Amino acid sequence: MSDNYGNIMKEGLWEQNVVFAQLLAMCPTMAVTTSGTNGLGMGLATTAVLVVSNILVSMIRHTVSSQVRIPVFVVLIATLVTVVDMAMNAWLHELYKVLGLFIALIVVNCAILGRAEAFAVKNGVGASAVDGLAMGLGFTGALTFIGLIREFLGSGTLFAQASNLLGPSFAFLEMKLPGYGGALLMILPPGGFAILGFLLAGKRVMERRLDERKAEKAQLAAA
Amino acid sequence: MNSAAITAQPIASPHAHGGNSVTRTMFRVQMALVPATLYGFWLFGWPSFFLWLLTILSCLGFEALALKMMGVTRIKRTLFDGSALLTGWLLAMTLPPWAPWWVAVVGGFIAIVIGKQVFGGVGQNVFNPAMVARVALLVSFPVPLTMWVSPLPLTSLAAPDFIDGLRIFLTSLPQPDAMASASLLGHAKTELSRGIDLFHSLAGEHAPALSWIGARSGSLGESASLLILAGGIYLIGVGIISWHTPAAVLAGLAIPAAIGHAVDPGHYLSVSAHMLSGAAMLGAFFIATDYVTSPNTPAGQIVFGLGVGFMTWVIRTWGGYPEGMAFAVLLMNALTPVIDRFIKPRILGRDRKGKPLDIPESKGA
Repeated sequence: MSDNYGNIMKEGLWEQNVVFAQLLAMCPTMAVTTSGTNGLGMGLATTAVLVVSNILVSMIRHTVSSQVRIPVFVVLIATLVTVVDMAMNAWLHELYKVLGLFIALIVVNCAILGRAEAFAVKNGVGASAVDGLAMGLGFTGALTFIGLIREFLGSGTLFAQASNLLGPSFAFLEMKLPGYGGALLMILPPGGFAILGFLLAGKRVMERRLDERKAEKAQLAAA
Repeated sequence: MNSAAITAQPIASPHAHGGNSVTRTMFRVQMALVPATLYGFWLFGWPSFFLWLLTILSCLGFEALALKMMGVTRIKRTLFDGSALLTGWLLAMTLPPWAPWWVAVVGGFIAIVIGKQVFGGVGQNVFNPAMVARVALLVSFPVPLTMWVSPLPLTSLAAPDFIDGLRIFLTSLPQPDAMASASLLGHAKTELSRGIDLFHSLAGEHAPALSWIGARSGSLGESASLLILAGGIYLIGVGIISWHTPAAVLAGLAIPAAIGHAVDPGHYLSVSAHMLSGAAMLGAFFIATDYVTSPNTPAGQIVFGLGVGFMTWVIRTWGGYPEGMAFAVLLMNALTPVIDRFIKPRILGRDRKGKPLDIPESKGA
């Protein structure tokens, strides 16, 4: 199963989604999803770290004894995060000013160490890379989605300052709802928790519906 | 189990039914709110009536929607037990009377869906739903939620008629400045922050006598302290609430206010100003006494009430917002499980420490 890349992608993007299924990495999820752009930037930074850390951990998994594996992983991840941190400071300075602290905190993001422990130490390099990518993209998608909802409800904009992240050519993404002052609560932490709660409930309902449909189909096929 | 066992109603002590029900309790609380509400309608005119109506309708609507989505089969019965209606009513009592329509709709959604139904419905909520909505609205939309109007009795010429009232309610255009007015607490806070002490800022308007009859700007529930008080006493009289919580809330507010005012009357509002302003009366009798979110024992209720009153005073005096009743109630709601854990009723047949009581030797045995 672990070599089935399609399966790994599906797990990472939906079934084992870092935010919506594992409920890991809640700190950045709550803190940076005040706008779609912030969520996207944070998600991409995490994805970059996650892919490389999964590859490296998978490569050294036979060399490092299990007694010292955690410190070794942490050193690896910290190095990668520092690289990403400095790169963002250099090339995406505006976004870095917003996300600043949370980029450095990717080190202690439980999703990264979690994937190293749960997947990369047990699987080959290729599978680990795909897993890192899938989990990272799932995380990015979740953060962007929550960010967009909170941004829309809270300040009436969509992808505000997207050009800081993606360059001036993406300025067309920036939208503003005229005449809407915004519900400040949605930008504050309680709004984040409320939105996440509703999204989780929605995901559960969707999954239950899908299961029911599958069961019906199976019954029809059996009959 | 056979059907006879179900229909047989045991009437011995633990199973005797007092004849009370959620519906009846809610109905009585609503009766107690009627005088103050009608008086508020008279003071603030048609817009306040539309706001009240839509807040209640929105609460009922979201309640029905939530029940339907949860797959509850007896929607009508739960919907018309009066709890959602009361939540909407209490919320409307705390809003600025001329708030626009969408405040009512958003408030109903927050109160019922986020404040109540996600916890499991009536009796399961941790926080008072009306206060959750009040605070969420205040934090989210500070401007429309602090737009108070001067009282403009229905009988006066300048009062908006039915159509004008509807227009004010639906368009949410900025009100003319002549209508806008600060509530007493807000006024005192603003002036203090400008360095003007209370002797000067409160001279003239905001006399305590006007507070008693409620002819001053504020929400529906803050205008007529006297009528709210009368409703509260009625509730105590018919046994819906006990005196412990309201007395403790008012004491918790009055005692620090008296001390502060005695020390520096230029900076601390007087007891009567505190008791008759904001949601003090409404909070003490109608909000802090919510069965679900307050402690079960009389001693616990006193602790709870003192906490609510004291924190209200602290927030009013030093906090960023002029009124703190809603925040104080929510904070103490969060502490209710702790209070209930430490203050428990005595177990039947045991003393307060849990040791069995000495049972007198019965003769013959």
